[in-house]
Amino acid sequence: MEQFNWWVIVPVFAALIALRWRRTSMLTWFAAWWIGMFLVVRYGFTVPVPMSVVKLYMGLVTAALVAYVLTDAGRIREVTEPLAAFMTERRYLPYLAAVALFIPAAVAFGIYRDMTRVPQPPSFARTIHPATPAEPIDVHGTSYDLGTADNPYRELEETDPAAFKARVENGRKIYYENCFYCHGDVMAGDGMFAHALNPIPTNFQDPGTIAMLREAFLFWRIAKGGPGLPAEGGPWASAMPAWENFLSEDEMWNVILFLYEFTGHRPRAVELH
Amino acid sequence: MKRKPGVLLIGLGVLAFVATMIGAFRLAVTFDQRLAFHPPISERGEAEEWTPRQEALEQQRQEEEEAARTKPYEEEEYRAFPKVGSRVAIWVVAQLHLLFAAFVLAVPMFAVVIEWIGIRTGDKRYDALAYEFTKLLSVSFSLTATFGAGLTFMLIALYPKFTNYLMHVFSPTFLPYVLLFFAEAGFLYTYYYGWGKFSPKVHLFLGIMLNVVGTGIMVIANAWLTFMMTPNGVSESGALISTWDAVSNYTWMPINIHRLIANVAYGGSVAAAYAAYQFLQAKNDAERAHYDWMGYIGNFVAICGLLPLPFAGYWLASEIYAFSQTMGLTMMGGAFSWLFIIQAVLIGNLFLFANWYLWLGMGRIQGAERFRAFIWPLLTIITICFAIWATPRSIIATTEEVQAMGGSSHPVLGYLGVMSAKNTAVNILILTTYVSFLLYRRSGKIPTVKWAKTGNLAQAIIFALSAATVIGYGIAGYRVDAATRIGFSRPQVGAVLLAMLLVTVIDVLMLRGAKTTDTRWGKIRPLSQYLLIMLAVTFTWLMGLMGYLRSGLRLHWHVFGVVRDTSPDAFTPTLGFATQVVSVTVLIFFGLIGFVFWLAGLSGKESHAGEEAAAHAAHPSPVGFDPSPAGATPMSSAGGSAPAASAATSSRIETS
Ligand code: HEC
Ligand code: HEM
Repeated sequence: MEQFNWWVIVPVFAALIALRWRRTSMLTWFAAWWIGMFLVVRYGFTVPVPMSVVKLYMGLVTAALVAYVLTDAGRIREVTEPLAAFMTERRYLPYLAAVALFIPAAVAFGIYRDMTRVPQPPSFARTIHPATPAEPIDVHGTSYDLGTADNPYRELEETDPAAFKARVENGRKIYYENCFYCHGDVMAGDGMFAHALNPIPTNFQDPGTIAMLREAFLFWRIAKGGPGLPAEGGPWASAMPAWENFLSEDEMWNVILFLYEFTGHRPRAVELH
Repeated sequence: MKRKPGVLLIGLGVLAFVATMIGAFRLAVTFDQRLAFHPPISERGEAEEWTPRQEALEQQRQEEEEAARTKPYEEEEYRAFPKVGSRVAIWVVAQLHLLFAAFVLAVPMFAVVIEWIGIRTGDKRYDALAYEFTKLLSVSFSLTATFGAGLTFMLIALYPKFTNYLMHVFSPTFLPYVLLFFAEAGFLYTYYYGWGKFSPKVHLFLGIMLNVVGTGIMVIANAWLTFMMTPNGVSESGALISTWDAVSNYTWMPINIHRLIANVAYGGSVAAAYAAYQFLQAKNDAERAHYDWMGYIGNFVAICGLLPLPFAGYWLASEIYAFSQTMGLTMMGGAFSWLFIIQAVLIGNLFLFANWYLWLGMGRIQGAERFRAFIWPLLTIITICFAIWATPRSIIATTEEVQAMGGSSHPVLGYLGVMSAKNTAVNILILTTYVSFLLYRRSGKIPTVKWAKTGNLAQAIIFALSAATVIGYGIAGYRVDAATRIGFSRPQVGAVLLAMLLVTVIDVLMLRGAKTTDTRWGKIRPLSQYLLIMLAVTFTWLMGLMGYLRSGLRLHWHVFGVVRDTSPDAFTPTLGFATQVVSVTVLIFFGLIGFVFWLAGLSGKESHAGEEAAAHAAHPSPVGFDPSPAGATPMSSAGGSAPAASAATSSRIETS
């Protein structure tokens, strides 16, 4: 709940609801909803929503509002009549002039702001989960076909819970000896090195990471690390080490067991027909 | 008699003109030769006066001749298409072929159903409507065949080696394909030209055979292209083991189903666009009424197809994942993940337009005012679901924004980017569209049964329960493994389908003997017609985009993992480039289909007005087609026997 800025969301909705009880023109209503939604999307979240998504959402909001107005001839009139009056009637002339001046001024200001902004490195849409190599990979002399490989110890969960537990415990040790500096002590991707890294370490609690992946995918990423990322996984600046240089195959499979055990996620099963 | 000398004179005049020109030319040449400079010394023998340069030239000529004579024959692997390259050329032609083919396959499906309704109800207007739909077919059919032939020749010319390989695997399927195509032409033309000339049963049979044969053609062609994506039945080096295994590869059935349904939806929307085009040009109220009605039916067909599509799509996606994790990841998490954001926006638009059209349609019904109040909650739900469906998982963001988010997924919105959320959103979208449809159907009727209040309540409760089930599973999906999560989509879909079925049954019972008000066909704002056209354009664009996805997923392979693409075009086009190619293709398609519309409009112009007047005279109070919501039950893929049956019932009620 602390992820939302309630002091933005509550007043906006209160105002919009209040608007229902007051007879306002359609035009005011349209503007109020548009601005209200913009405020909620832009400032309603503790972690700001990136502009690309704000634009997407506001596009949808605009489409919905337009659809609402255009569905009814009365509403169309309510919107167009004041606008037409504003542009044609004499008494609005000063305001019309003000608007006519405001628009180029706003454009000029926008340009000024763009030109004086502190330059930012270009953004790069990194593919978080690039496709695994189609050819089998080689780790410590064993060849793994990532399409079919699975965690060799996963079955212990049912056949021998005690042995499974031992392996998870081993994984815990490995994790806190090697991984938590980056991936964090509760696997939220916020270890003490995390702030210095770009891309930042993966947050395993997030349902969009290991919960969607097969164990073989994790094994590949852990063994080959950032250096093993394929072309589409660019900009290849990942600090994730290639753990095959430090850990045995067994240890890597064990730490994978621990990642799932700790987060409560389940790996994607190997689907074979 | 009088005109003869005139023609003769003109002929003579032309001859005289030609003769004069030739004479003048000869004269000019002769003078030129006379006046030209002639060297004073007599000519010498050729052989002795050769300069070394001339000798060298002669030698070179001989060598070239020799080389040409003894040139060894080499099999070419690729040939280049000028300017745009082979890949784009094949792409555009294949896509155009597919767009026309989809249309030609889809229209007979609903034309036959409508014809059947006409026979069942004895209402001539259905027959006229089915005929009008069919009129769009014959030119489109020729265009389909033209593009098909173009595609084949271009494949042979530009990708000879690969085409040869496909022949190696699929040669046994070619003859049946050709035969089916032949049969398709036969059935199509007898169906079209034999309209009203056969007994209704025979004619209906022709229509059904047209559909059977058409589906057969599509299924065979699907085998070729799905084999390229998920090959089966061949050895590691590509040698054929079993043609049947190659045909029945992983994605064959899912694509068959997905395309079949998508074609219906697409065909309905293009036919609706035709109606809209005619509506906007209509000269009188009778024409407007007719085309409004036609557009409504086209849109109804499109919605029926649209509702089950997401399920078919997910099935296809999960088969791709099961075939190859690499390909699945390329699709959903990798290079193509951004394409799905565009797909989501397009599909969201489809739902929005379809609903909006229904709301506008309430304008033609007296007494629909009481449902106006429902529009804004429905719109709100659609907007929210649309937003969820379009929320990207990994967001395009500046470095600052990424640092603030702590990764490329937003801590809150990240939850909306995963499959649980998307599935839930799309199920709710379907349910909402269905409610819109139900309201539309209701707007002209006032139930007279005693239990109407209870019935309404029951319907509301069923919808609420179904929505709660969908949302409940959606939330639970965050805490289970991927396989279970994918499994959850089944109860979600089940809840939606069950709700639609139960509500429909209640609705049909409740509206027995209901008081009805007039549906004033043609009394609809022109805006609605533009929506129909936008719907068709969006569908077409979506098809093109998804075609790019299917073929782009193979990356640098002709046949994934078996035959490598070694041509200069072996790259995967970027999304931006692909959207440009798709847009150009869509423009060409609409140029051509506009021509088809224009032709279809020409052929029936005069005779049509008479027919229309007759139909209206026969029905002084227009009853209006009233497809029962049973028709919207998505999985009744059998071909809409439900709407037919209930439309029959409701007209019987209304006329009694
Ligand atoms: C130096 C910091 C660092 C350390 C130490 C580290 N990682 Fe990473 N790891 C990263 C970064 C940064 C990423 C994200 C970029 C990427 O995908 O390569 C990442 C990504 C991953 C991923 C990919 C997750 C996904 O969703 O694709 C896995 C799995 C992973 N790490 C496991 C581990 C394990 C297990 C350890 C300990 C053995 C470990 N990491 C240690 C920095 C680190
Ligand atoms: C409401 C949801 C959907 C709609 C309206 C829709 C619509 C369409 C349409 C119109 C086509 C073109 C059909 C043709 O070739 O004749 C298509 C093809 C395709 N769809 Fe969907 N689709 C939906 C969901 C999905 C989903 C969820 C996926 C999977 C991730 C998907 C994957 C594909 C693929 C791969 C193709 C390419 C098939 C081809 O043309 O060869 N679709 N879709």
